[in-house]
Amino acid sequence: MSARITWATGLRVLTQLRRDPRTIALLLIVPPFLLTLLKGAFQQDPASFQRVGGPLVGLFPFSTMFVVTSITMLRERTTGTLERLMSLPLAKLDLLFGYGIAFAVLAVVQAGVTSAVAFGPLGLEVAGSTAAVVALAVGNALLGMSLGLFVSAFARTEFQAVQFMPAIVFPQLLLCGLFVPRDQMAGALRVISDTMPLTYAFEALNSVTTTGSLGSRGALDVAVIAGATLLLLAFGAVTLRRRTP
Amino acid sequence: MSHARAIEIEDLVVCRGGLEVLHGLSFGVTAGRVTGLLGPSGCGKTTLMRAIVGVQIVASGRIEVLGRPAGSPALRPRIGYVTQAPSVYGDLSVRENLRYFARVLGVERERIGAAIETVALGGQADQVVSSLSGGQSARVSLATALLGEPEVLVLDEPTVGLDPVLRRDLWATFRELAAAGTTLLVSSHVMEEAEHCDELLLMRDGDLLAVESPDALRERTGRHELDEAFLALIEKTEGEGA
Repeated sequence: MSARITWATGLRVLTQLRRDPRTIALLLIVPPFLLTLLKGAFQQDPASFQRVGGPLVGLFPFSTMFVVTSITMLRERTTGTLERLMSLPLAKLDLLFGYGIAFAVLAVVQAGVTSAVAFGPLGLEVAGSTAAVVALAVGNALLGMSLGLFVSAFARTEFQAVQFMPAIVFPQLLLCGLFVPRDQMAGALRVISDTMPLTYAFEALNSVTTTGSLGSRGALDVAVIAGATLLLLAFGAVTLRRRTP
Repeated sequence: MSHARAIEIEDLVVCRGGLEVLHGLSFGVTAGRVTGLLGPSGCGKTTLMRAIVGVQIVASGRIEVLGRPAGSPALRPRIGYVTQAPSVYGDLSVRENLRYFARVLGVERERIGAAIETVALGGQADQVVSSLSGGQSARVSLATALLGEPEVLVLDEPTVGLDPVLRRDLWATFRELAAAGTTLLVSSHVMEEAEHCDELLLMRDGDLLAVESPDALRERTGRHELDEAFLALIEKTEGEGA
């Protein structure tokens, strides 16, 4: 591994993103827009907006980075640039960590803009610090990125890659505890939700937004998020082949 | 000129999709020369090149490049490979692409300008690759491979779709690189390109029909035009097979 190559890869991915201002605009505008809709929808029930809004700020980067990364990596595979990189003196971790740098930067900006709107004009209030919410959002972005990197190996086309969003992200959103508290779930669903990384992301965000701090349970959640991210990156590295059939 | 072998291949068998596509090839590529890999499309040229670069899973056989097994990590900075479809980032400019690959290879920035000049893209250096023509993108891909001044250059159909003047200039560049000691393996399905090569590898249906110089091929077949010579060779081997 080389810091020079990792850094160059991060800069390269950021330059590519910069060439696509429409995607950046969508990444930055859609989360605040959805939160605004949510506030409107919960007009009669502001308490629910307060309960769901805080964790959502930290969950948006998970789903957007998942899609953006899986498409970027799929392009890298289909245009032959991955094969070229694999024939050069570049370690697989250089590539994966380079992606990590680029998408972490993007996540900071996205979570920053979303929380500025949410905690400003939308009047969202959380018990903990907004900086903690943004920090967790960046962690979730990296989790979404590593999941996206991994599943991109199973997509042949961009259509397939986009379909992984409802197939892999939506079940996690439905069962993470955001819509229904986990202690009200049927046993089997609860067990499934225990195996999903997003559950821990939600719990960490939830304890920051409701109690004001992570607590010992929250620290465990963060450890699970970090562990899942590293595990998925390792799986992702396995799918990067130097030799192909 | 040294006659050492830069690439040495013995009994190479490659299967793709359950079919054997290279049927036990054995040959050597002389260092510091331009070797042309010629044959109709679909005959296995790309598969053979991928095997030499070390990105192809091979069924059996031995491939050594610069004295090491193909695909060794130590070979990565020493081989340049240009795929048939340009493998560069369409959403980056020519210069940004080269800057990235220069950083990956750890070569000085001065090489970037030189590589752009070699492929005659000075006027398009700051243009985004996706806005270039097919031939121009192919040259960006080639420039990328020239950056690290590799000892072995494997080029898959680098002159397809280029105008005649540029094609001539590129062949002149390949000759210069060979004169400076680089080993070049260049594929083409156009026999007239064989003229520029020191040595020819003639392939058909996953087999090697001949390994010789253009002049030796002419002499053996009694044909002056190289495509006619190739045809004569095919008829001769098929006659022997029947």
